[in-house]
Formats: sequence, C-alpha cells, structure tokens
Amino acid sequence: MAVGEVVTRVAAGIALILAAVGGPGAASAAPGTDPLDLDALGARLANPKTQKATLEALAGRADPRVEPLVRALKDGALYPVKSGGFVLLADDGGVRTLRGEPSVDAKGQPVAIEPEQEAVGLDESSFGLVNRLLERFAVLSPRREERESAAVKLGNSRDVSAIPLLAAAAERERDPSVRAVLAEARAKLELLSPDAATRAQAVRYLAALRTEVALAQFRAMLAEEQDPAVKSAVREAIRDIESYVGLRNIVGYVFNGVSLGAVLLIMSLGLAVTFGLMGIINMAHGEMLMLGSYTAYVVQELFARRWAAQQDYYFFVALPLSFVVAALVGLVLETGAIRFLYGRPLETLILTWGIGMIFQQGARLVFGDQTSVNPPTWFRGGVEAMPGLILPWSRIFIVALAALALVVLQWILQRSYAGLRVRAVMQNRAMASCVGISTRWIDAMTFALGTGLAGVAGCALALIGTVDPEVGKTYIVDSFMVVVLGGVGKLLGTVVASFGIGISNKLLEPFIGGTAAAVYAKVAILLIVILFLQWRPTGLFRQRGRAAAESASA
Amino acid sequence: MSPDGRARPWGAEHAALALFGAVFVVGLPVANAAGLVSDYYLNLFGKYLALAILALGMDLLWGYAGILSLGQAIFFGIGAYSIGMCMMLEGSGKGVYGERVPDFMVWNQVYALPLFWRPFEHLPVAVAAAVLLPALGAVVIGFLTFRRRLRGTYFAILTQAIAFAVWLMINRNEMKLGGTNGLTDFKSILGFSLAAPGTQRALYTLTAALLVAAFLVSRALVRSKTGLVLQAIRDNERRLEFLGYSVASFKIFVFAVAAALAGLAGLLYAPQVGIITPSQIGVLPSLEIVIWVAFGGRGTLWGALLGAISINWLRSVLTATYPTLWPIILGGLFVSVVLLFPQGLVGVGARLGSVARSGRAATGVVAAPDAPERTA
Repeated sequence: MAVGEVVTRVAAGIALILAAVGGPGAASAAPGTDPLDLDALGARLANPKTQKATLEALAGRADPRVEPLVRALKDGALYPVKSGGFVLLADDGGVRTLRGEPSVDAKGQPVAIEPEQEAVGLDESSFGLVNRLLERFAVLSPRREERESAAVKLGNSRDVSAIPLLAAAAERERDPSVRAVLAEARAKLELLSPDAATRAQAVRYLAALRTEVALAQFRAMLAEEQDPAVKSAVREAIRDIESYVGLRNIVGYVFNGVSLGAVLLIMSLGLAVTFGLMGIINMAHGEMLMLGSYTAYVVQELFARRWAAQQDYYFFVALPLSFVVAALVGLVLETGAIRFLYGRPLETLILTWGIGMIFQQGARLVFGDQTSVNPPTWFRGGVEAMPGLILPWSRIFIVALAALALVVLQWILQRSYAGLRVRAVMQNRAMASCVGISTRWIDAMTFALGTGLAGVAGCALALIGTVDPEVGKTYIVDSFMVVVLGGVGKLLGTVVASFGIGISNKLLEPFIGGTAAAVYAKVAILLIVILFLQWRPTGLFRQRGRAAAESASA
Repeated sequence: MSPDGRARPWGAEHAALALFGAVFVVGLPVANAAGLVSDYYLNLFGKYLALAILALGMDLLWGYAGILSLGQAIFFGIGAYSIGMCMMLEGSGKGVYGERVPDFMVWNQVYALPLFWRPFEHLPVAVAAAVLLPALGAVVIGFLTFRRRLRGTYFAILTQAIAFAVWLMINRNEMKLGGTNGLTDFKSILGFSLAAPGTQRALYTLTAALLVAAFLVSRALVRSKTGLVLQAIRDNERRLEFLGYSVASFKIFVFAVAAALAGLAGLLYAPQVGIITPSQIGVLPSLEIVIWVAFGGRGTLWGALLGAISINWLRSVLTATYPTLWPIILGGLFVSVVLLFPQGLVGVGARLGSVARSGRAATGVVAAPDAPERTA
C-alpha cells in the first residue's frame, strides 16, 4: 500500500512538472480540475536546482491552491517531514499540511517538526518572483480592500496568465462589489486573449459595464484588432461608453448645480425676505454666513477637546447654534444700526458693508486665514446614483436642508400668525402700522430670521469646503443676483433663480472649459442676468400692487 | 439751504479755490524744487489729488444725482491700465529679456504683442482711451439699466456684480494684462524717465491743475440747469418723470461724466504711483470711493475733495502703523459716517460755523438730502 502510494505520488509529480513547464497550453487549463500534487511541488521547490524553474512555472499558473505553500516558502515556514512530504508551520505554532489543514499522522496525532529540522531555503534570486506571485494571491486575501486593489492591479497588468486566478477568485468571492471588480479585471485581460470569440465576449462585457477605464484600451485595440467582428464590437462599445459618460457627466454637473443652488437658496431666502420687507440690502449677509461656519468650527473644536468620543454629534449642536448666533447678531445689528436708516437703502448698503468688513477682519485676526471643519463620519461617502457617479452625502444633506428651510419659511410666512403680520407689513407698511402691528418689531424679527438662515447656510457650507474669512464674499454676489433675478416678495422667484443660477453655472463651466472656467461661467451668468432684466426688469416673479411699485423705486 | 454751496457767495468760494490752487498747483511744486518738500511727499500728494478727481466724479453721480455705482473703480482701472500699457510698451525691449513685449508676457509664453495692445503704443491714443473708454462703458451700462428703470439698490447690486466680474477676469493671466501682479515697472513716459524728480514734479503739477479744472467743470455742471435736474432726480425721481423729463438720459449723461473723471484719475494715478493691480479695481475700492465722498460731505464738491485727500492721508498713516487694523478702521468709518455724521466734514464744519455765527444751535441745516418719499 505504501509503495503504491509512493508510486502514484511520483507519477503525479512528474505529470505536474510536465504540465507546469509545458507552456501556454498548460497555463490556460482551468484550475481546480487538474490533479495537483502539492507534496511533489514542495519537493521541487525544496530542491535548489529546480526551485527557480518551478516558481516560474507557478507564476504562469497562479493556482490559488498553491498559495499557502509559496507563502510558507517565503516566510521560511516550509519543512520536510520524515514520513515524506512537507508541512507548514503556521503563525500560531501549529503544523499544517500543504492544503492548510491540521497535519496529523496515521494515528491521528499531530505531527511535530523535529527541532534540528531546517526549513526549506529560498534562493535569493527568486525572492522577487515569489513576491510577485504572492501579490497576485492578494485577490484571495481575507481583507476586502486588499482583494479589490489586487484585482484592479491584475486587470491593468496585461498579463493573461492571471485569468485563471481571477476566475477562481471570482468563484470564491462572496462580496458582490468585489466580484464585479474581479470580473471586470478578468474581462480586461481577456481583451488580450488570442481567441477572437473570447475577446469579443470581453468587449461586450466591458461595454455593458459602461466603465471609462476600458476606454483607452478599446481605442488602442481599434488600431491593432484584426478580427472584423471584434473590431465592430469595439467600435460599438466605444460609442456606447462615450455616450453614457456624456450623460453621466451632465447628470453630475446638474447635481453639482443643484447643490450650489441649494446653498444659494438658503442664503438668498433671508436676503430676499429682508429686501422684500424693508427694501434694504444687507451687505453683511455674507459675513453672517461666515459666522455660521465659524460657529460650526468652534463647536467642533469644543467637542474634540471635551467629548472626543461623541465627536460626530457636534453637528447636531452646531447647526441650531449657528442659526441662533447669526440671528442674534442680526437682531443686534438691526436694532442697533439699521433701523435708524429706514427708508434709505443706499446708506444701509454702505453701513452693512462696513460692518461686514469689520467682521471679516475680526475673524481673520481671531481664527487666522484658513480653518477647516471635518464633516461627521456619517457624511463620508455617498450614493452611487449611476455606475461611476457618486453623489456625496454632504451635498445631498445640503439640498435636503435647503428644502427644509424653504418649507419652514413658507409655513411661517403663509400659515403662522407672525407670518401674516410680516406679509401685511410687506404689502402696506403704513396700513399695517395703523391696525396695530409693530412694524419695528416685525422688521427686527424678520431681519434676524434672515441672518439666522445665512448662519445655517454657513454651517452647511462648512461641510463641503474650507472655512475662511472670505467665504461670505464668494457667495454674496451670486445671492444678490438671485434676489434681483427672482424678484421681490415671492419665495418661488428665489427658488427658481437660485437653482437656475446654480445649475447653469455648473453646466457652463465644463462647456467653457479650461482652468478659468469658473470665472468665465460667473461672468457669463452675470451677462445673462443683465440681459434678462432688460426683458423683465422686476425679475422672474413680481409682487403685485403698490408695494411692488414702491420697492422698485427704492 | 441746499448743501451744494450755492448759498455761499461766489466770492468766498473763489477765494477758497484760489488758495487751493496757490497751495497745491503752484506752492507745493515750487517748494519741492526749492528742496523744502521731499519728493516722497510730493508724490504722495500727487496720488491724493488724482484720487480726488475720482471722488469728484463719484460726488456728481451719488452726491448730486443719487445714483450709487459700486463699479467706479473699473473706470479708474481702465484709465490706469491704458496709460500703464502705453508706458509698458515704451519700456519694452529694455526689459530683462530684451523681448519686444513686456516681461510679464514672456513669463506667460506670449511673444507677440496682442492686437488690443497695439493702439496703446501711442500716448495720445492711450490718453483718449483712458477718458473715452470709461465714458463709453458707462453709456452702455447706463443704457442697459436706467432705460429699464433699474435703479437704487438694483443698480448698486448690478454695478457691484459687474465690478466683481471684471475683477475676476482681470486677475486671469489670459487677459494679457499682467494677472494679479498688474502692470508695473514703468520706465518712462514720452521719453522722460519716471525716476527723475523733474518728471514727477511735472506729473504732480499736471494732476493738481487738472483737479482744479475738473472742479471748475463740475461746479459749472451742478450750477447749470442740468445740475438742477440731477438733484431733482436724487430727491424725487418719479415726480420728475411725471413732469416729462427723460430721466434715463440725464442719468446716463452724469454716469458717463463720472466715468470719464474716474478714467482721468486713473490716467494720472498710474505714472505717479508706478503700479496698477487688480486689487485697485473691484468692489471694495469702489465702495471706498463712496466713503471718501460721504466722509467729506456728500453733495458738496469741496466735500469730495476733502474726503478723498483726508481718508487717503489717514490710510497712508494708519496702514504703516496698524496694517491689520486698517480694514476694521475703514469699516468703522463706513458705519460712523452713515450713522453719526451723514453730512460729513463739510456738514460738521457748516454746523459749527452756523453755531458760531448765530450763537444758538442751527436747525435744519443737515436735513438728509436724499431720503426718498417712500410713504407716498
């Protein structure tokens, strides 16, 4: 029986070595179906004369089953045993067979390695080869990220010998996203396959994925490809992918525009209401936004120092607090200065600009030129709306926040008693005053509400950018454009103008192209607004009645 | 009493103007030539007087016609860049690289002179462009806004946005105007070295004389019928419309005059200061002009002069000692001028004068000149 076993082993070993050295025909054989004798392989590896050739042959096969063996060889943990064959010394000190199972002898007792036994040595010149081999086996790693990055690497390696390994890895893979990456990598390698049918299939597979990564490879193929069927498939795939990428980019730009529009909306809502109500323009509105951003920063720092474990929850404090801080400052500003200039909008403009300058420089002196707020961890990542298009959570949150602010403001103005009085003052200040509404109090509260909203915008903005003293200036000109374009007194106008300006800005940027696209897009938007006002000087939607006539002459 | 000085006898104002001319047009240059006033101070005053011309235009526009433009610095910039380009071209070939184009173009890999730079090789063209281009720009903007009855805050916001857009664009190297560094390193004008004290003295004298001329023209304008219509526009635009005046034409006219004065100011400023950068164009510099006028006394030509000179002098002093506090001080000026003394230095002076004359508190001197009747 023992003799028979040895004979079969030797025979299998010879067969294996023949197969391993046999060249591409052997390499393309699917793994898992051929008999694999690890012990014989171990013997070849243990022999310094055949070690290198065997490793080279293995590199052409990349059978996942040999991984423990090769790793042990590298780590110096491969030991021959007396009974013939080899065992591995695992990290925990246990002894394993070459297949990774606990090694037991015929009596079921664990096999021990004799103390004087030396491990199989690895020739220095083969070290790089082993490393490359093991790198490939990273697609089988227990860690998801490692598997994914190894698959991407293999896909770009242009090494067709990795195809069987990728196929085997895909079979074992449980995680669907990693499996997709593995399949993609395999298809990319199959593009280089000598078999036209395989190539065509890979082209179709990649085209269906609509991934940009294959595009360059497709273009290169177009020049070299001989087979007409494959060539036309490639051409079609390029067309498909390009049109898809175009669509996806447009969706991406529109989403960026919507998120810019959302920031503009939160900021302009307050501006529009104060402008509609009092006919004044608050040039310090941008600095109110800055206050919100810095409130978020200060709260974050406070949490980092006191309650580091609950760091992420700082945002729940920062958001309402930024509203309160900005609203209080607005209240002080209105009652302390602006109310004395009632009816003189241009003086208010100069005054509020001066106040804005003081705030800006004050912030620079206190906080320095640039600080940044770390979004809570749950805002990291995003939703993959389309393959290759990820919408960040932080931006989605801003859009939701803008919608919420709009709904709340609309409710306050249209449904609440306070809103009723605000509207009354907006429509006819003198008459509202006559029927006992304290217009002064309404002015102050509305102004505070407006600046508070700017504070909220600032807190939200801190999620997607750095915080610096100039942050208000970046958005204030656009917000004024929104107010002018949207018209006075109608929230709908503000909404349409915000998203109109935001989206067209982001759509124009790639259309213009170049490094200065953002600048020229802004300039173009301004020209469009000015031309639009030629046609409708009072903006998109205007308030009817005498209030409108008065505010237009202000 | 209207605050434009009409109530004052012409004789007194004549005397004041003669004194001003004697001190600034004749006195300072002579003292400089005699070695009593340093070149540095003469140059500093040259800068203030150029900016006073800018303030005069702003006063005509805002003080008299009630139009708040937040884009005057653009017109100033056009003037300064025009003469700057001319001086750059005069010095080209003498730069570090010896190329036929200004050095900054070499840094940006531009070796052929852009077409729009060509006309500025000739000084007369540059001077004409410095004054006429701003006027033309103002007519275009005025046409697009005033005729559509975009006024008050709407106009202020639009001009602010235009200033912002121009500032954004001029900062770009692709505009071939030196990007954020602007135009600098001027060598000579009409062959006269700018480093020579004689050239600077001549430029100063020219500036002072042109300021006096601009003052006389402005004075004639505000005392003319047109000037009266402009003040009427400020006080009640709608009533004037009902009376059948073409309000838009008057506004476009005064806007163009103010822009031309701003261009002239830029023209005189650049050779004396030796640099023009985008930081002098844009929204904040435009608003600062408003503050000079408000500080000196809005709606009085003397106020514009006084405001421009005093605030710029203050800036020279304070930015040297407290550079980080200057924006706060300037912001504080914005606030205090508007809230505490809306009539500016001239108003304070007039009130003190009338207190001294009558021995009791003057009444009604400082009625707000511009409060529109909103409760109609």
